[in-house]
Amino acid sequence: MRTEDHRPVDAQSHRPENPAADTPGTPVTDTSENPATGAPEGTAVRGGGHPWAGFLLRRLGGLLAVLVTLVVVTFLIVQLIPGDPARALAGPDATPQQIEQLRHEIGLDRPLPEQFASYAGGLLGGDLGVSFQTREPVADVIAARLPFTAELALLAVVVALAVAVPLGMAVAVATRGGRRPRLDAAFTFVTGLGGAAPEYVLGTLLVLVFAIGLGVLPASGAATLSALVLPVTAIALPGACVLARVVRREAAVVLEQDYMRTARGRRLPAPALYARHALPNLLTGTLTLGGLTLSALLGGTVIVESVFAWPGMGTRVVEAILARDYPVIQGTVLVLGLLAALINMIVDVLLGLLDPRTLAGRSHA
Amino acid sequence: MIRWTAGLKAGLAGLAAVALVGLAAPYLFGEAAQQLSGAAREGVSAGHWLGTDALGRDVLARTLVATRLTLLMTAAATAIAGVLGILIGTTVWVAGPRVRETGLRLIDVMVSYPAVILALVVAAILGAGPVAAVLAIGVAWSPAFARLTASLAASVAGRDFVATARLLGVPPYRVLTRHLLPNIAEPLLVLLSVAFAGTLTALSGLSFLGLGVQPPAYDWGALLDTGLEAIYTNPAEAVGPAVAITLTGVLAGFVGDGLAAGSDPRAGRGRDGWSPSAPVPGRRAPDGALLVVDGLSVELPGGVRLVDGVSFHVMPGEIVGVVGESGSGKSLTAMAVARLLPDGVRATAAGLRLGDLDLTGRAEPARLATEIGVVYQDPSASFNPALRMGGQLTEVLRRHRGVGRAEARERAVKALEAVRILQPETVVRRHPHELSGGMRQRAMIASAVLPGPRLLIADEPTTALDVTVQAEVLELLKEINTAEGTAMMFISHDIGVVGTLCDRVLVMYAGRIVEELPVADLRVGRAAHPYTRALLAATPRLDEDEERGPLTTVPGRPPAPSARPGGCAFAPRCPVALPICATDPPAPVPTGEGRSAACHAVGVPS
Repeated sequence: MRTEDHRPVDAQSHRPENPAADTPGTPVTDTSENPATGAPEGTAVRGGGHPWAGFLLRRLGGLLAVLVTLVVVTFLIVQLIPGDPARALAGPDATPQQIEQLRHEIGLDRPLPEQFASYAGGLLGGDLGVSFQTREPVADVIAARLPFTAELALLAVVVALAVAVPLGMAVAVATRGGRRPRLDAAFTFVTGLGGAAPEYVLGTLLVLVFAIGLGVLPASGAATLSALVLPVTAIALPGACVLARVVRREAAVVLEQDYMRTARGRRLPAPALYARHALPNLLTGTLTLGGLTLSALLGGTVIVESVFAWPGMGTRVVEAILARDYPVIQGTVLVLGLLAALINMIVDVLLGLLDPRTLAGRSHA
Repeated sequence: MIRWTAGLKAGLAGLAAVALVGLAAPYLFGEAAQQLSGAAREGVSAGHWLGTDALGRDVLARTLVATRLTLLMTAAATAIAGVLGILIGTTVWVAGPRVRETGLRLIDVMVSYPAVILALVVAAILGAGPVAAVLAIGVAWSPAFARLTASLAASVAGRDFVATARLLGVPPYRVLTRHLLPNIAEPLLVLLSVAFAGTLTALSGLSFLGLGVQPPAYDWGALLDTGLEAIYTNPAEAVGPAVAITLTGVLAGFVGDGLAAGSDPRAGRGRDGWSPSAPVPGRRAPDGALLVVDGLSVELPGGVRLVDGVSFHVMPGEIVGVVGESGSGKSLTAMAVARLLPDGVRATAAGLRLGDLDLTGRAEPARLATEIGVVYQDPSASFNPALRMGGQLTEVLRRHRGVGRAEARERAVKALEAVRILQPETVVRRHPHELSGGMRQRAMIASAVLPGPRLLIADEPTTALDVTVQAEVLELLKEINTAEGTAMMFISHDIGVVGTLCDRVLVMYAGRIVEELPVADLRVGRAAHPYTRALLAATPRLDEDEERGPLTTVPGRPPAPSARPGGCAFAPRCPVALPICATDPPAPVPTGEGRSAACHAVGVPS
């Protein structure tokens, strides 16, 4: 799936959507003015509880809510199968006897609350059920697959950021004030193209060029370190293109801010000017807008695994859906959901580190 | 408003062409796409431009024929996402505040999850197949629409006309259809084109995984899947669908970008910078002057002059006020002196120096940073929100004076103390947003004074502050001037404020200095230029409300920089204008000791 899934275009159209959110650099006007100048000014410094305490508490609460939602949703997957789930699960050739036996076996003959209690209870004890297909415990299936998926997704996040941030910033600096219109057009075209190429298409093309054409990198498998290169590139590149555009737009806004003029007034050399003064402000906006892109990289990972026969959760969950192996589906969807929550949480913590103002704001789990 | 950019046109034309292919291809190539031949998985040839598949069917024909099913499914999924999302979004918004709060949070959470995972859930429930895939992707994309709708509704609903409609008792659904939807249509259109591209790749992705279209039917995703299987025997087989998916996605992206860029006028281009080769030198500055500005002009790239041949000087220890309306060029003059003009604005001068430091050439950064201190207009915007106060205050000392961390910190604390900020040790560890506006401006003054500058430029330092804090800041500047002997350029639009603080005043109008006079003359109203006199006649008291501004009673408006008259720029508003004023710009003439005015009517009895 495309990395910009869910993201309504980019910065420009996104902005009016969330007027309350602090865009970077916009002056904070709602902070404590202190007209009572007779009072000691020192007290205007905000004290009180540690901002991180409230933030972490809220984030943990959010994580818990997500966990509960995921448990309910994965539980409902079986319940919502149209018609008689047991009949669907048993397959078209099953005898009524077999269907009844299956119904009893997975507890579909029990009342709903009881089923849920046993499902949730099992989860608490680390029991994710047993694969219909292979009779393996689902927990073992996930334990074997998760590291491969996490490896791909996290590396892709790192690569996407490492490419997008310097590129977007450099282009913003080079084209500020309408300079170098051709570089501007080239950047827009290339990132538009790269952002529109789905990960699996890109993966296929990368295999064509580097594995088959040039024969320099393996086309599939996860045996060697070099096997990581193509899948990570395929996942990260579209996301990097989308992010680079966001970074560029944010950087253009940040460079125009008054505090950048103040920094210029201190006559700092370019690295200090951009890295110290522009970067943190720019990342705040980038992560706020691009955080969704990062968690969408996980979606890209799920699909790209199939291109490279990568032994991760993505290939396994597709197998399971095709085989209607519900315990495996439930387990993998649950873990993938948690992984997405984890990426979102990392983004929020990064935001808090970069810009303490966001600690007070609301954010998604 | 929709602007018909090349990208938008190309995108729409391209999509129309793709749609045409989808319409026609099944009739034209339907047979070729089904025709089996003995030549399975053959490479590219004249008969088969993209080779053949495992059953010997022509890949190009199959790719073209698959366009229809792919587009239909994409359109269906986009429609489901749009309708469902807009319904959810508006329902959440129209429902009571409690439902709204919870609903918005839920939508937020859903949007932050990859659509693939949501689609997998739906596919798992309904089983693999095209209908399940369309539903899955439609549902997975709906939160994006719901969120956009809800937040747009929130921003529109706050506006007056909606409030009025509500007060008049218009039922909620009428408010929705009559007032809300028309106002949020355009961003939704943008999202629609983005969603089209998104659902296309997502649907193709599901088919690619084998969860979407099932054989013998095929769409681009399914073709890519079989192409990948055959990648070693006929690499071209994967290329057809890969190009088709990407191209259509790019075209939809063009449309989205084009619609979104509707209002994004780019600023003029050009380079900022200095060229010392410059026009008419002005009058000679007295010996011993600290700052000498001679014939300074500031231009936009198009050649429009914002500041036009300004000459003045500042003596050591002197506070020179520069006063004028917005757009008179006073701030640009100050920023030109500080060498902090915005990008694209260009300055020229016959001479510009601070003591022995030539400000027109490649001045050494360390000297610029330490010898000129700047207090900016808006203290809340002029500190970096991401950095702690201490780091920002000590930056110049550490970078340009080589002062160590601990010592710089100590000096910053002392400087904060000197501007009467309590608990300075705490303040240096704070971020700017944790301070009040008045504290921020005092900290800004401390920051400007810390390196011991020879000249302090204060660019409307009190404009953003409320009246009582203003008085304190002025007092503080006066104190610094008295104690340290720091010379200052004080920019203000408020002639009253200038009168209380400065030694000498420059009055600017339409990019020129029209009068220069000692503050004592200003106080007693002894001005020569009709503009200064008009200003004084309208002079507010120090405690007058900033919002109203003192200048509203001067009839007329200053001319735009691009439309300044050939003669005296003030002539159209001038009560004593002479015929010559319309044709010849007046030059400054001395009107007494340390005074001058640029006016033809000076000395002429009125």
